[in-house]
Amino acid sequence: MRPAIPFDVDRVREDFPILKQKVHGKTLVYLDNAATTQKPQGVIDALERYYRTENANIHRGVHYLSELATAEFEETRTQVKHFINAREVREILFVRGTTEAINLVAQTFGRVQVKKDDEIVLSEMEHHSNIVPWQILCQEKGARLRVIPMNDAGELILDEFKKLLSKKTKLVAIAHVSNALGTINPIKKIIERAHRHGIPVLVDGAQAVAHLKIDVQDLDCEFYAFSGHKMYGPTGIGVLYGKAKLLEEMPPYQGGGDMISAVTFEKTLYNVIPYKFEAGTPDIAGVIGLGAAIDFIQSIGIENMGQHEEALLKEATKSLSQVPRLRLIGTAREKAAVLNFVMEGIHPHDIGTIVDQEGVAIRTGHHCAMPVMQHFGVPATARASFGVYNTFEEIEALVKALKKVWEVFG
Amino acid sequence: MSELSELYQQVILDHNRNPQNFHRPAGANQTAEGYNPLCGDKITVYLRVHGETIQEIGFEGSGCAISKASGSLMTTIINGKTIKQTQSLSKKFQEMVTCDLNIPPPSDMGKLIVFAGVREFPMRVKCATLAWHTLNAALEGKKETVSTEKPEE
Ligand SMILES: Cc1ncc(COP(=O)(O)O)c(C=O)c1O
Repeated sequence: MRPAIPFDVDRVREDFPILKQKVHGKTLVYLDNAATTQKPQGVIDALERYYRTENANIHRGVHYLSELATAEFEETRTQVKHFINAREVREILFVRGTTEAINLVAQTFGRVQVKKDDEIVLSEMEHHSNIVPWQILCQEKGARLRVIPMNDAGELILDEFKKLLSKKTKLVAIAHVSNALGTINPIKKIIERAHRHGIPVLVDGAQAVAHLKIDVQDLDCEFYAFSGHKMYGPTGIGVLYGKAKLLEEMPPYQGGGDMISAVTFEKTLYNVIPYKFEAGTPDIAGVIGLGAAIDFIQSIGIENMGQHEEALLKEATKSLSQVPRLRLIGTAREKAAVLNFVMEGIHPHDIGTIVDQEGVAIRTGHHCAMPVMQHFGVPATARASFGVYNTFEEIEALVKALKKVWEVFG
Repeated sequence: MSELSELYQQVILDHNRNPQNFHRPAGANQTAEGYNPLCGDKITVYLRVHGETIQEIGFEGSGCAISKASGSLMTTIINGKTIKQTQSLSKKFQEMVTCDLNIPPPSDMGKLIVFAGVREFPMRVKCATLAWHTLNAALEGKKETVSTEKPEE
């Protein structure tokens, strides 16, 4: 028997206009939530309301609209603080997304702290956005990357991780949840262990925020990065959380308006955090939309969402294992509702095209995690990833569509 | 299923299962590697060129059904053709898989006509053209891997 869903999924689905769409004449079954989630009406309305009634630049004018927009922008910062339980509001920086958050840390914290022959530790399952910024930094500084290996279930080998830490290690950068495997990493343990050596930790939370309750004080990480668009919010907006003490010591990221307190041609005095890191006019609408996304998540409850997705994961794992000659890639004990798989002798792109004709949207490719593909000896995988609005019926639709793949390829 | 059966025609499925000339021919003197970073498709095309003629062609690699079948069918057609004929065929193939859906595909494509169905699937056009791009690169003697994501000169 299926577990009871702790909220009314049909009501939630009503809130997502895009889910009513037909694709190739079939009802859309959207299972590409790890790439980006769909947006609820509340988020769409917030964006529209901002442009219709509040549009103004922030932190600059004394006029009515500017004050309104500034207030709403800053209220969202407070909302984010509560959402991830940061100690202080000024520890919340708005950025473009996870990618920019990581680049920001690499180009500010990294450029100051990392020197020749130093090391940065990351893992075999990182998204390219948590590899390449560090690689660029290492090339510039003559430092190097050390990689925590994983086992064939897609779990990090913690004994190996411990061996990698040394005086040379300047940072550990690690995904909370892997987009290419679904693995939920034991980041609290990892952070504890790194801290014993006095090493700061950056967590890539892109795949975690919409599924797990995040408490950055409890985790005690130095940095936590995530994207709005993977948590039912708009694209183009994301968050970098950083401990205030570190942020204060870090040099600025980009130069421009808002990040200064006084400028002459001889010298610039930088603004206080978080503004020091927010040069130029930000994505004001995006921030307000992100606030609406947090409202949406809180209206259901992140724990309830997690519980529903866990049930979907269980059911989908069982159903997919009944599809002939299908192999799951990523079978960690602790997993989010992300299922990567391959089918014997069939390239994932062919799978993607065929199930798309059935209205089922899945992702195929290397998922910006080529080292993971290498580990499992596959060029690519297919991935079904679930969100709050997905149903058990949609798992059945996926399985039916996968059987079609065998009909075509016989 | 009609668009889908247009795409996955029996000929394509057969070539995918049993690719022709799927090896490095002895005495190959020109070769190139092709890569589609979006799918991870990789292909190597080998040619034994004598004067103006491609005496033998083979390929190796991994990829989806469309890219593999395209490579396979390409080799069956190119064997024994001149470089000039090959280049003009390659251009025609490219035109066929990217031309407007309202225009009927050219009638003189021979066996290659089975790839006309790719037009319905814009995301898959590069799968069909990878082998041909790589063949062009082999003819031009390009050293670095050709990528479907690099702008062409
Ligand atoms: C684990 C992980 N990290 C980082 C990113 C990059 O996020 P964004 O493209 O929103 O910057 C993604 C998104 O694909 C991801 O899944």
